[in-house]
This record gives sequence, structure tokens and C-alpha cells, in this order.
Amino acid sequence: MAAKPIAGSIVQARGIHKHFGALHVLKGVDLLLAERELVFVIGPSGSGKSTLLRCLNRLEEPSSGSVMVDGVDMLDARTDINHARQRIGMVFQSFNLYPHMTALGNVTLALRKVAGKTRNEADTLGHAALARVGLADRAGHTPGQLSGGQQQRVAIARAIALEPRVMLFDEPTSSLDPELVGSVLGVMRDLRESGMAMIVVSHEMGFARNAADRVVFMDEGAIVEEGTPAEIFERPVQERTRAFIGQIQRH
Amino acid sequence: MLQTFFNLEIVGAAWRIILAGLGNTVLLSLVVVPLGLLGGLALATLASVRNPWVRWPLMAWVDFFRAFPPLVLLIFLFAGLPFAGVELGGFACVCIAFFLNTGAYYGEILRAGVESVPTGQSEAARSTGLGRLQTMLFVVLPQAVRNVLPDLLSNTLEVVKLTSLGSVVAMPELLFQARQAQSLTYNPTPIVLAAAIYFLMLWPLVRLLSRLENRALAGRG
Ligand SMILES: Nc1ncnc2c1ncn2[C@@H]1O[C@H](COP(=O)(O)OP(=O)(O)OP(=O)(O)O)[C@@H](O)[C@H]1O
Ligand SMILES: [Mg+2]
Repeated sequence: MAAKPIAGSIVQARGIHKHFGALHVLKGVDLLLAERELVFVIGPSGSGKSTLLRCLNRLEEPSSGSVMVDGVDMLDARTDINHARQRIGMVFQSFNLYPHMTALGNVTLALRKVAGKTRNEADTLGHAALARVGLADRAGHTPGQLSGGQQQRVAIARAIALEPRVMLFDEPTSSLDPELVGSVLGVMRDLRESGMAMIVVSHEMGFARNAADRVVFMDEGAIVEEGTPAEIFERPVQERTRAFIGQIQRH
Repeated sequence: MLQTFFNLEIVGAAWRIILAGLGNTVLLSLVVVPLGLLGGLALATLASVRNPWVRWPLMAWVDFFRAFPPLVLLIFLFAGLPFAGVELGGFACVCIAFFLNTGAYYGEILRAGVESVPTGQSEAARSTGLGRLQTMLFVVLPQAVRNVLPDLLSNTLEVVKLTSLGSVVAMPELLFQARQAQSLTYNPTPIVLAAAIYFLMLWPLVRLLSRLENRALAGRG
């Protein structure tokens, strides 16, 4: 029952359910992402935001539903998942850089082993990706020698070096010291301006107001309400959305 | 006393035999350590598969060969199997016994190492399109090995010592050669010589191990 891709939409998730044993974590989530669009996802802890992102690149296997990314049916057994994942960049809250490699090594590993580039080609692309995140001069540093903000930018470089069609961010700034958040958000804004389609799970409401086309509010495994940043932040319709927005704005 | 346990005349007569034994012990170690590591790598890689049809037989395998005394295993292969019509040479028996026994030990160490690597590491690797095996090889194992290096080294020390079991199946390694020399000379000096050689060979490894362990402790503190 593979759904036909809608022209111009880069991600189409329909009716995603996810069970962890008896726990029903996603309860029929539909999410469309247009080319060049930035969708911002908010919701209380445990509402299923991370699980939803992880279902999109199949780090988590959805229990049912369909996921199309860039016209590829991610859940089809015939799909080469490793090939498809190159088209979907992911950035994690805890960076997850490889500590035994340099920044450049982190960025070039998949270029060499998955995209089949030679070491020289990969190094050139890797340096270019590090330059895009403002870390051209840190190529030879290991993660331990970099600040949290720099590490997260290397992680972004690792993803964009593969030239993905869409980027998924799962709380990219949540484990950063406040003074380092700006540098990462700056890189994300540049990326957005270059036309990258993005899904961002985050608590950075200021970033959402400036950069998001659409804000999605999730609660208890379902999308409760979605709209423009102004709609969701200034005039939420649903009671649960209002309560959540009120709660985070008090902080 | 010295005339009995460290008779220079006997040293002069036996050193060639003993040196040949040392050479064979080194060669044997160079064969069985990689064999054990290979078996261990296979076991640790398989252990990351969650499927119960892989997991359970694997655990039974590892438990069995860790509980089975390697000397008994070796003698069974050498002296027991011929009754089933399978005659293997001493060298083949030593290789198989070490693959099974030390492979199980290396496997447990490496598995602990693999489990010490945060799952976020493999998730990041998989999200960039690396396959299961590539992720293991390039991302997880290098970190796993680093995390359990003292244990790996300590096990390697045991394996080198255990190569003396080869004497039981007439492998001409250090202990076997020393016993040959002893029975030729009716004097224990060759055994003392062999003991001294074992010590000199393994002591640097022991020192290195101590330093690694101290560093690991300091790193944890
Ligand atoms: N691998 C797993 N096994 C069992 N339960 C899980 C697993 N992963 C997530 N869950 C559960 O699924 C629910 C949703 O988790 P998820 O991480 O998607 O929430 P979240 O919205 O990202 O929360 P947070 O804001 O805290 O990151 C939680 O109740 C969580 O405990
Ligand atoms: Mg989360």
C-alpha cells in the first residue's frame, strides 16, 4: 500500500504507529514536509518526538504506517536502507561524534565507506563541509579537543557532507552551555537559507519564530495542533497546546 | 645446590634444544593468539545480534568452552577423537583447542567492550548509511578494544603461558624441549632455564599491563 509521493514534498509520513511492547508511543502520526520547508516540532517530554524522527530514517522500525523520503519508500524491504539514509541527515542531542577520529575523519567516514569516494575526494568534500560550519581550522582536532558547540557543528558537517535532501535535528542544542547555543543555531539558519528541508525538535522558541515555516505540537504520541509560529505561539486553539506554550514561556 | 639446579655444564649442553623450544613457543603464540582473537571477534560480533536464535546458542557455546578445562579439551581432541576415526596432528589439536577455549575468553572480553560503547555511536554511524558490519568495524570495535585493552592484554598473557600445554601433545615448544633436555641430562637445570626464559619473555608484558591498569584506574578516578 505504498502511497504515491506528492509532488514537491520531500518527506511523507502517514499513519505512523509505534509500540514498544505494551507502550503505544506513536498513535497514527501524519507528517508532510515540503521541499525547502522547516518544520519545528515541540511537545512535552515523552510525547514521542524523538521516536517520530527515528522512524523517518528507520533507526526505529514503525509498527505500521508508511514513510516516503525523496520518493523512496523507506519501509519497503526492497529499499537499500543504507543508500536511502545518505539522503536523510540526522543530528543528535548528544552529538555522537566518533571519539577515536579527528573532525575530518568523522566527516569523511561515510563519504568513503558508503558514498564510495576515494580518500582524496572525501577529504576535499570533508574540508568543504567543515568550512560550511565554520570549522575549517579544526579538521585535525579530535572531539575531545572541541567545545560542545564545535562538536555539534562537526556532527552537522558529517551529515551535510553526504548532501542529504532533508535534515533531522533532535534537540541539537539541549546539551550545550547557553553561550554555545548561538553558534549551532547560526549554522542551522545558514542551512535553512540554502534551501535545506529540515525537521527540528527543539525548545529554542526564538529560533522557531525566526526560521520555522510551521510548528507542530505533539502530545501523547499524536499531533495535537499545527500552524505558523505565530498561530501556535500567540493564538493556540487547543487547550493542551495553550497549557504547554504557557508552561515553556514561563521559563 | 647450584650444581643441581643451575649446572653450567648442563646449560652448555642443553641451550640449543631449549632455544629451539623458545622459537617454537613464539611461533605457536603467533598462531594461537590471532586465532583466539578471530574467534573472539566473531563471537562478539554475533553477540550484538538480538535474535534469540543467535543469542542463546552463542551464550551456551561461550559458557561451555570457558568451563571446559583447556588441558582436558586438548587431550580429548588428541587422544579421544581418534576413537571416532578422526586423527589430527598435535599442531592441529592445539590450534582447535585454543580457537575454542581462548576464543571464548576473548569473545567475552570483546563483548563487554562492545557493550561499553554508547548506542548513540552506532546510531550515528547507521544514520549516515554505514551497514551493520561497517559500523562494527570502523566505529564500535576500535572504541571497544581501547576500552578493554588491559583485559585483552591480560588474556594474551595467559594464552602465551597456556602454549606450554602443547607439550602434552608432543609439540616441541619451550616446556617440551626443556623436559626432553632434562631426561637426557638427568638434571633439572633445563627446567629452571625454561622457567627463566618464560619469565624474561613475559615480564615486560606484565609491566605494560600494570601500567595500563594503573592508567585505567587513574582515568576512572
Ligand atoms: N527503545 C525504547 N524502548 C522502550 N520505550 C521507549 C524506547 N524509546 C522510547 N521509549 C518511550 O517512548 C516514549 C516516547 O519517547 P521519545 O523519546 O520519543 O519522547 P520525546 O518526545 O523525544 O521526549 P524528550 O523530550 O524527553 O526527548 C517515552 O515514554 C519513552 O520512554
Ligand atoms: Mg527526545
